[in-house]
Amino acid sequence: MNRLRMIWEKIVTNRKLLPVLLVVGLLLSFAIPKFGLLNQYVVLIIIYVGINIILSTSLNLINGYMGEFSVGHAGFMAVGAYISAILTTKIIPESLAPWLFPLVVIAGGIGAALIGLLVAVPSFKTRGDYLAIVTLAFLMIVKSVIENIEAIGGPRGIPGITRLTTLPWTFIWVVIAVWVIRNFVYSNYGRGVLSIREDEIASDLMSVNSRQVKMLAFVISSFFAGVAGVLFAHVLQFISPRVFDIIKSTDILIMVYLGGIGSIAGSILGAVIFTVLLEVLRPLGMWRMVLMPLVLVLLMIYRPRGIMGLREFRWFIPGYDLFASKIWRKKKEVKDAAAS
Amino acid sequence: MLLQAKEVTHFFGGLCAVDNFNLDLEQHELIGIIGPNGAGKTTIFNLITGVYKATRGSIRIGGIELVGKTPNQITALGIARTFQNIRLFRDLTVLDNVRIANYSQVKYNPIEAMFHSGRYDEEEKRIANHAMDLLAVFKLQDYADEASKNLPYGLQRRLEIARALATHPKILLLDEPAAGMNPNEISQLMEFIGWIRKEFDLTVILIEHQMRLVMGICERITVLDFGATLAEGLPKEIQNNPKVMEAYLGEGGDL
Repeated sequence: MNRLRMIWEKIVTNRKLLPVLLVVGLLLSFAIPKFGLLNQYVVLIIIYVGINIILSTSLNLINGYMGEFSVGHAGFMAVGAYISAILTTKIIPESLAPWLFPLVVIAGGIGAALIGLLVAVPSFKTRGDYLAIVTLAFLMIVKSVIENIEAIGGPRGIPGITRLTTLPWTFIWVVIAVWVIRNFVYSNYGRGVLSIREDEIASDLMSVNSRQVKMLAFVISSFFAGVAGVLFAHVLQFISPRVFDIIKSTDILIMVYLGGIGSIAGSILGAVIFTVLLEVLRPLGMWRMVLMPLVLVLLMIYRPRGIMGLREFRWFIPGYDLFASKIWRKKKEVKDAAAS
Repeated sequence: MLLQAKEVTHFFGGLCAVDNFNLDLEQHELIGIIGPNGAGKTTIFNLITGVYKATRGSIRIGGIELVGKTPNQITALGIARTFQNIRLFRDLTVLDNVRIANYSQVKYNPIEAMFHSGRYDEEEKRIANHAMDLLAVFKLQDYADEASKNLPYGLQRRLEIARALATHPKILLLDEPAAGMNPNEISQLMEFIGWIRKEFDLTVILIEHQMRLVMGICERITVLDFGATLAEGLPKEIQNNPKVMEAYLGEGGDL
């Protein structure tokens, strides 16, 4: 046991391991489909895990780091999914679609980000429960708008979407999402986000421009929700308004609160556990919908902030953020020694 | 003149919380605002810092009108404050508490933040060092990585002042800094306030109940009662003012 612990300590404190793992992951993501290392079903689950990681990390920015409660994440997903599905089924010729897919993903993300900017505006004035109602209203609006536009299939949705979401693309977008959100969190603006969670009035009085910070957080969060929506549409190959309802939002909320609020590692863990558990429990049939909520109830009682709540895996913390006080102390020692 | 408040009036619904408040603050002054509970002292701080928007009147710093500006804009103009009941960012580290107060001084944009550009690296190093230097001035450097809620009460008060100073203020508003302190600690605090005032080149407004502190260090005192200004003047004058004695002790009282 002690030995295991030591090995684990070595792994988590070794920061050089992360780039190595990323390269190995990227190579694997190409190799697995190419040589058929895993069966189709397992590959599909991995892709869903990836999409869910993007969703939970981006929602964690709002619900965990900023301490708000948004239930509208599925709405941003829907915006990204519909923009991209229209692009790939109606506008871009099929032969070009695989090549233009990265641009399609970005387009879906930008569309969702613009809508996210609109949702940020009410967050200037309201917070907590009231903002939750606002995001719920937003989700309902998105759903009914889509249902009422015949040109995009109305309630029937868009069928026949080409399967463009591959394992390498999923991997790359997961890395981009996690990297950008982590960078943002460990910056001046990210500290602003944290201070809004802790005490919004004190934060404003300490010169934090809370409007700017909220807008940035919502734009980044909804951008990646849109990205996830695009990937989701192009693996499911069929989207309809019903796919992006409150249940979808709740799933993402569960991943965030299961993994842990205010933690990148938690978001990843939550998405992996939730997705895999749902598949593993599939043989139980209807009973898994009893078991999963039960797990949640127990979690909230024994670990209300989630598995990794407000803690971070050391790999995700930038070096001199982690060692800021140590670096300063060393410098001071050198200075003091030189002075004497 | 550094800060000027003219005929500032504020209503909460139909209740007049501050009535016709005037203040002329010269650079390097240290003035006190005293008054019974509910006299409107903290409301005045909230009006100056933009938490509330004054119903009537004007507050100016170096000719710039503050009424209508947001708290973060006012802080960036050089007014910082502490709170009556400590309001640190409790779950964040001592270092982060101070770094957050540097928000308006950071010179990289959101895009650079998202991709951790070279300028981001430079600025983050500068800010971390600046924050640590400031913590060292307040002898808090050893607690840098501790969550601020874990500090003992006295150190939390000190950290709150350090955090306020990290915004680079010209004027510091202290809201009951001696709350919950014993006589010995109050003496230390008096020395401390005098010292930071010199060290950071500050002008200070102080709200306090502890008469010893107010009479000991304030150069001028304003007395409030039910939102109205009851008296203004030197500590000696205030001490002997019959109206003030009446407000504090009832008729025939003696301070």
